Amino acid sequence: MFVNVILAVAVLLVTGVIAAIILALASHYFGIPVDETVHKVRACLPGANCGACGYTGCDGYAEALAAGGVKTNLCIPGGSEVSKSLAEMLGVDAEDVVKFKAYVHCNGTPEATEKSAEYDGLLTCNAMCLSCAGPDACKYGCLGCGDCASVCPTHAICVEDGVARVNPDRCISCGLCVKTCPKHIISLIPEDARVAVICSSHDNGAATRKKCSVGCIACRKCEKTCPYGAITVEDNLAKIDYEKCTGCGMCAEVCPVKCIAVRKSN
Amino acid sequence: MDYKILIYILLTSVFVNNYVLQRFLGICPFLGVSKKLDQATGMGISVIFVMIMATAATWPVQKYILEPLGLGYLQTILFILIIATLVQFIEIALKKFIPALHKSLGVYLPLITTNCAVLGVTINNITDGYNFIESMVSSLGCGLGFLLAMVLFSGVRSRIEGSDVPEAFKGLPITLVAASIVSLAFFGFGGIVDNLFA
Repeated sequence: MFVNVILAVAVLLVTGVIAAIILALASHYFGIPVDETVHKVRACLPGANCGACGYTGCDGYAEALAAGGVKTNLCIPGGSEVSKSLAEMLGVDAEDVVKFKAYVHCNGTPEATEKSAEYDGLLTCNAMCLSCAGPDACKYGCLGCGDCASVCPTHAICVEDGVARVNPDRCISCGLCVKTCPKHIISLIPEDARVAVICSSHDNGAATRKKCSVGCIACRKCEKTCPYGAITVEDNLAKIDYEKCTGCGMCAEVCPVKCIAVRKSN
Repeated sequence: MDYKILIYILLTSVFVNNYVLQRFLGICPFLGVSKKLDQATGMGISVIFVMIMATAATWPVQKYILEPLGLGYLQTILFILIIATLVQFIEIALKKFIPALHKSLGVYLPLITTNCAVLGVTINNITDGYNFIESMVSSLGCGLGFLLAMVLFSGVRSRIEGSDVPEAFKGLPITLVAASIVSLAFFGFGGIVDNLFA
């Protein structure tokens, strides 16, 4: 009787010990050292895996952070708090997260633009866009029916003078308007951007002139003027690189059609 | 070696005695990771792998340690111990030697550590009196059956997702109803395999 009990205990004990030894040896010989900082950094990140940082999810960003040389302010959902705690952990200077605001890249008010057709149909931008790309002569500009305004959850967009305008104080940079606009003329730009191009026309200068008095004519004056090389004309449209832009406003001064706007600083 | 009996064991364990749909073991991963086809396939393949390894480890233990010592009642606890160790060991080894495979199976391996389907296969192989080769074929069949159930059910679930389910049935209830209907369908295999070899 007793022998049986002892035998059972012994068998289990021996098996357990063997299992423990095997696992201990395995983790000793096969184990791959895991970088502790990656784990700590990963725990700090919100885990939304949104990809806004430009890496493949939070794991990718954590690895890049642990490897060093990467800014801590790339996580937009985490905001400045995450940036701060990351910087504390990694021993680097904290930088605030750059907030984005929606911006409508068109200034084509009815006075400035020409019409090529009369439209008498459903008053949504989408419907307008489907019928010959809308009644405006410029096929790139704002249609002014306010599809963006109707999807905006915070009522930050209103159509003023035939063009949609974003109130940056209300914008939460959700990007719904960016997705909704059938002309794709809304984009998210950094909150502290001082200048922005208010035209989306890829027509050449002569063609744009005929249709709109405030459209970008691709004269490249801004490109030549900018001392930081932050502005380039691509495909007949000026484009600002906000990484390089210092907000000096010289481009806006030289622009002959005033299609570069100076935004008020916050 | 009688190949007929091996084929018989394989077919019965895939279709007739399907672990998920007929014996109702391993329901947890069946409901948990059957939402997407790629996950379901990954889980199914991991289960096949672990079932075969577990049988290869536990059958000799039962035959050469437990039975001669008359300790048959230690079967369950000892098998759990062995399977858990084995899965952990496989995970460590895979991470080291085949990182690509570890990346695709790694998520599922800890889930299977003490999965009842794996334990069920090893114990049933003993109670059914299979020899070593038969046990291995049986566990391969059971794993294939698990994979089949997972893949079929992930298809069913993706159809459910697109359909208009009454409010009270949304989520788990409708999934369980669907699972029971798939299970009913598998009862139809009962007579087929027996008659094939009659």
